[in-house]
Amino acid sequence: MGSIRLESVRKVFGDAEVIPGVDLKINDGEFIVFVGPSGCGKSTLLRLIAGLEDLTGGKVLIDDKDVTGNAPAKRRLAMVFQSYALYPHMSVFNNIAFPLKMAEMEKTAIDKKVRDAADTLNLTDYLHRKPGQLSGGQRQRVAIGRAIVREPVAFLFDEPLSNLDAALRVNMRHEISQLHHQLNTTMIYVTHDQVEAMTLADRIVVLNEGRVEQFGSPLQLYQKPSNRFVAGFIGSPMMNFIEGPTAAEHDAHTIGVRPEHIIVSKKKGTWSGVVTIAEHLGADTFLRVECGAIGTITARASGEFTVGYGDTVFLTPDSKKTYRFDKNGRTIGHRPQQADTTGNQKTP
Amino acid sequence: MATAHTRTLSRLMIAPSVVMLLAWMAIPLAMTIYFSFQRYNLLNPSRRRFAGWFNYEFFVTDPAFFAALTNTLVLVGGVLVITIVGGILFALLLDQPIFGQGIVRILFISPFFIMPTVSALIWKNMMMNPVFGIFANIAKSLGLQPIDWFASVPLLSIIIIVAWQWLPFATLILLTALQSLDSEQRDAAEMDGAKPVALFFYITLPHMSRAITVVVLIETIFLLSIFAEILVTTNGGPGVASTNLTFLIYARALLQFDVGGAAAGGIIAVILANIVAIFLIRMIGKNLEA
Amino acid sequence: MARAMGLRRRIGFTFLAWGIGLIVFFPIFWMLLTSFKTEGDAIASPPLLFYAATIENYLEVLARSNYFKHFMNSVIIAGGSTILALIVAIPAAWSMAFSPTKQTKNILMWMLSTKMLPPVGVLVPIYLLFLQWGLLDTKFGLTIILMLINLPIVIWMLYTYFKEIPGEILEASRMDGAVLWKEIIYVLLPMAVPGIASTMLLNVILAWNEAFWTLNLTAANAAPLTAFIAAFSSPEGLFWAKLSAASTMAIAPILILGWFSQRQLVRGLTFGAVK
Repeated sequence: MGSIRLESVRKVFGDAEVIPGVDLKINDGEFIVFVGPSGCGKSTLLRLIAGLEDLTGGKVLIDDKDVTGNAPAKRRLAMVFQSYALYPHMSVFNNIAFPLKMAEMEKTAIDKKVRDAADTLNLTDYLHRKPGQLSGGQRQRVAIGRAIVREPVAFLFDEPLSNLDAALRVNMRHEISQLHHQLNTTMIYVTHDQVEAMTLADRIVVLNEGRVEQFGSPLQLYQKPSNRFVAGFIGSPMMNFIEGPTAAEHDAHTIGVRPEHIIVSKKKGTWSGVVTIAEHLGADTFLRVECGAIGTITARASGEFTVGYGDTVFLTPDSKKTYRFDKNGRTIGHRPQQADTTGNQKTP
Repeated sequence: MATAHTRTLSRLMIAPSVVMLLAWMAIPLAMTIYFSFQRYNLLNPSRRRFAGWFNYEFFVTDPAFFAALTNTLVLVGGVLVITIVGGILFALLLDQPIFGQGIVRILFISPFFIMPTVSALIWKNMMMNPVFGIFANIAKSLGLQPIDWFASVPLLSIIIIVAWQWLPFATLILLTALQSLDSEQRDAAEMDGAKPVALFFYITLPHMSRAITVVVLIETIFLLSIFAEILVTTNGGPGVASTNLTFLIYARALLQFDVGGAAAGGIIAVILANIVAIFLIRMIGKNLEA
Repeated sequence: MARAMGLRRRIGFTFLAWGIGLIVFFPIFWMLLTSFKTEGDAIASPPLLFYAATIENYLEVLARSNYFKHFMNSVIIAGGSTILALIVAIPAAWSMAFSPTKQTKNILMWMLSTKMLPPVGVLVPIYLLFLQWGLLDTKFGLTIILMLINLPIVIWMLYTYFKEIPGEILEASRMDGAVLWKEIIYVLLPMAVPGIASTMLLNVILAWNEAFWTLNLTAANAAPLTAFIAAFSSPEGLFWAKLSAASTMAIAPILILGWFSQRQLVRGLTFGAVK
């Protein structure tokens, strides 16, 4: 079991209100990602759940039990830290065994559990080594091993991949995803990388300035962002935002079009502009186009699209996939789940 | 950042240190202040009574006080000049590529680890003895009249001994600062055409300035309290020629048993040291922010 | 250094540095040399560089004086004050490094300021209190005093070492179910071993060589080596060879420890202001 509920959780550091009040309901077995720009409070929220920080107000419930006042160790959670936080003076075996020793488990049982975990994580050959003698990816696996032997009700990951290089990061991402499918335990994962969020999560919590901007499945966030912030944060390259008369034509303060929802043509289209940057990636071509009064627009053309610096191109936004926002940045028109905190449906 | 639980624990864990240091500092200091206003002599404890500013007046108007104050300042100043100038030169030297650098470092640093009474005795007997000492022998072999160090230049003799003890400290700290100088900065200055002398005054010295300040302040704190070297060599004499404030107060308290007078002197010493300490604490406090 | 340094220049600096180094070291060297001379050779003029060595002085110092007792006093006082200081300082440093509050900086500064208090400022009351409590000339009293005067340095050094240990590791141990004392014993202390060792080393050296309180608060009974040697300044002052032998035995252990602790000296005595 591992359902986690936050009820009007507040956190104030000195004069700074980092989390003004968050309600969240996470179901057992879900993979939840907290995503947002740096300083949005996502790590703080995770540490509040872990019990490494005190709540200023509100409650944390795990499996419907109030654990707000409990010490971290009493919450049956395991955490993987950004720096891995391995114990440098202990061998890999002892690192993984540490939580079990703290629980005063019997020696033979510890031995078996550590070996099983090492087996799953391909660490068997390294059990006698010190963390200093391991590569980044191996350290990461030790940290995960230390987390899984405790059989926690939920795993907490605090930007666990940000210290790895790009190739390894993709690998570890897949491993974590697989691990989730194997264990079926609740996982809460903090990252600033929306690609990690989109690829790993069952549901994503988009945070901004300590507020939950939206909570939903990756595709919900992509298709029906509840406001301008989410629309801009999810999706890469970022959605284009256009204000002024063009937006007024659509009865909106701002309109937004994703680069992939613009048809690029050399002959005709709604907007015309001059290419300032053309990135030919083979599968895609990304263009930055200077469109006069409309502003600079990023557009994606599928496949190879042979234009270069200074060429004129025409852009046509897909009107069905044009988003409209009001003065406060809220989405107008379709009604997406606004900061859905009930979390009743489990979206795959 | 932590939980209330760990915060409470952390207060508990810091408490013993705070209580102990508070007791160590506040109680005796309060007593010293109290005694400084008492006429109180251990030889005649029954005649103890309130004395007003008498002890301070008596202590300050005593000619020995003025001599001791001057001696203290000369001692501190002399040792500072020798150790800073010598320390910079030695640090620059040790920063050069040298064969056997490790051993040379050990030679330079060793005097700091010698207990004050031993170094004072080595110097008093084997170096500065007017008949058998090394200096006397050197003077004789050059056909000069040997100097009777502790009789004719007692304060200078003590300055030499103390400087010998503290030169390693200055050298070591300045060398550490020197070695932390980014070599790219030096390279850049050289690319800009700086000659060695300019390099020293525009790059090296400013980089060391912070370390120099720290050395000055820390040495001052310790040098104000020089005691064993005087006790072992000159006993403050001849007369009061090598008596510093610390020694004068010691003599008042434990030789003349004048508790009140010694306490008044102690408070004066505390005030002097505080003037230095304020600067030092500011320096180190700035460092804490980083 | 990137640039190739001329060998000749290097040899020049080598000679200069060794020359000055030997001059600086000379008094210690001469003491060592004298300690193996007969009393007659010790005051020979011109001084003897080569002579028939004898260990007579060492034997005599060990046999005739209470050298061993004073040596043990030094060991007990320096060692005891160091261990006590560590016991008090480790929790304090833990608290300041890993659970800092707004006052932490001020507390650290205030602790530093107690180190600035000149000992003569409190000589009178401490002497009187010791007199009253019967602590004069006791190892216990001196141990406490030396612990107190070095406590700020010990806390500061430990604090700077602890600061270098990532807090995440301690948090990880908390998540893993370690209660505070287990966190400190199993995780913090093993990681801080080098720092703690350096701190101990420096503190032992400072306590061993402390010569204000040891001279003023002890007599025959609890006198450590500093006071024992000071007694040579009077009548036995003329017996240089024996004085040298006793001095050599007094400084040898600390001199060797000192060679190992040069770096810590910088960190400890400058309160981290120079690294």
